[in-house]
Amino acid sequence: MTRFLQVVWLVVRKDLRVESRNKEMLVTTLFFAVSCVMVFAFAFVRGGRAVDGAAAGVLWIAVAFAGTLALGRAFERERYQDALRGLLLAPVDRPAIYLGKLSGLLLLLAVVELVVVLMVALMFQAPLFEHPFRMLALLALGTLGFASVGTLFSAMLVRTRSRAVLLPVLLYPVTIPVLIMGVSGTNVLWQPEPDLAMVQLWTSLLLFFDAVFLTLALWTFEPVMTE
Amino acid sequence: MTRRLFPVLAGLSLLFFVGAPVLIVRAPYESTMGLVQKIFYFHFAGWMAMFLAIFVLGIASIIFLFRRIRSADQLAVAAAEQAVIFGLIGLITGPLWGVKAWGVWWQWDARLTMAVILELILVAYLLLRQYGGPGSDRLAAGLGIFAMANVPFLYISTEIWRTVHPRTSVVPTLPVDFGLPLWWSVAGFVVICLAMLSARRRLEEQRATLDELYLALEDEA
Repeated sequence: MTRFLQVVWLVVRKDLRVESRNKEMLVTTLFFAVSCVMVFAFAFVRGGRAVDGAAAGVLWIAVAFAGTLALGRAFERERYQDALRGLLLAPVDRPAIYLGKLSGLLLLLAVVELVVVLMVALMFQAPLFEHPFRMLALLALGTLGFASVGTLFSAMLVRTRSRAVLLPVLLYPVTIPVLIMGVSGTNVLWQPEPDLAMVQLWTSLLLFFDAVFLTLALWTFEPVMTE
Repeated sequence: MTRRLFPVLAGLSLLFFVGAPVLIVRAPYESTMGLVQKIFYFHFAGWMAMFLAIFVLGIASIIFLFRRIRSADQLAVAAAEQAVIFGLIGLITGPLWGVKAWGVWWQWDARLTMAVILELILVAYLLLRQYGGPGSDRLAAGLGIFAMANVPFLYISTEIWRTVHPRTSVVPTLPVDFGLPLWWSVAGFVVICLAMLSARRRLEEQRATLDELYLALEDEA
């Protein structure tokens, strides 16, 4: 088990080191997410007042779009000089590699979300700090559900043609339930008087979906990536 | 095997489809919905056939992924296409009933949303098959498993949320007058689904054989 975690950590560290040297993914993803929120702010904020319920949707759309961008890059990078083959040839558990890539992406998305959430709160006047822990739980679980499927799909797409087009085409239908739950939960939470039981329901549903997605991804990663 | 199975299945589905209109016409009118209720015989049967196709898709995908059996992959392609077709039947007949029952064509309730999502996943599967190129077969198998994982959620969604869609539990409580035509239609849809499945799988198999022959020919030249 410790060896498994060691491998996960090694893959995360590798990704972090590559990222810290050129900061390509972080900067591009962040910039994209910010411009996404800006476009929505122009569309949905009129005369200083945001359209009702728009904030939650904007937040999750920005996360999903920026996440797709990051997912595509995360494995595109492994194509150079057959880095992916090297990773897969290493005598370690494949699921550990998957978890390593997933953790790296989650770290990246956490930074992006930090900025996006603050921006949305500012531009759409969302009551962000009323229930910080519930908000954090929704964000973490929603991102995990989205990224767990995304990491698997983008790893699988590395070897296929037209992967840039196919990633969103495959990813969105499968992850729509997670995004719907995230949006609905956030929407309830940002009401003037939130119905906390509903927030609880959406959060536990997210947890349930995450468990299913992670299990399926860990189970299928090995056979899918075997040549 | 499938060559002998297909005529039997085709004959059986013909029998069911000749009998179905007779049974549906003879079934009594439901007190509130009247004639429109009879859409149910298609709607429910369509979804049942779709569930069957998705389970075939999911199980064939698992077998292909872990055992690398080529014919399982061919069966999965065939099943995905059937699932899309029968899902469309469900998605078309549903609003036809809904406009009478609810006054609107569509409602974004849990059951209907999940149904659309499932259909989207299956269409994405076909797109991947079409445009993925070599190497996409294993990815498609992964997607097939995810599609199958959605079915239980879809089935129990009427129990978790208060949806406008009628609950699943009405089906076992139906009186015989309604039940007989219903299960007759379900049997008919299931048999025709199996018939098309076997024909489509055979087509896929022959296509693969043809590809191999072309490759062998090129090698010799």
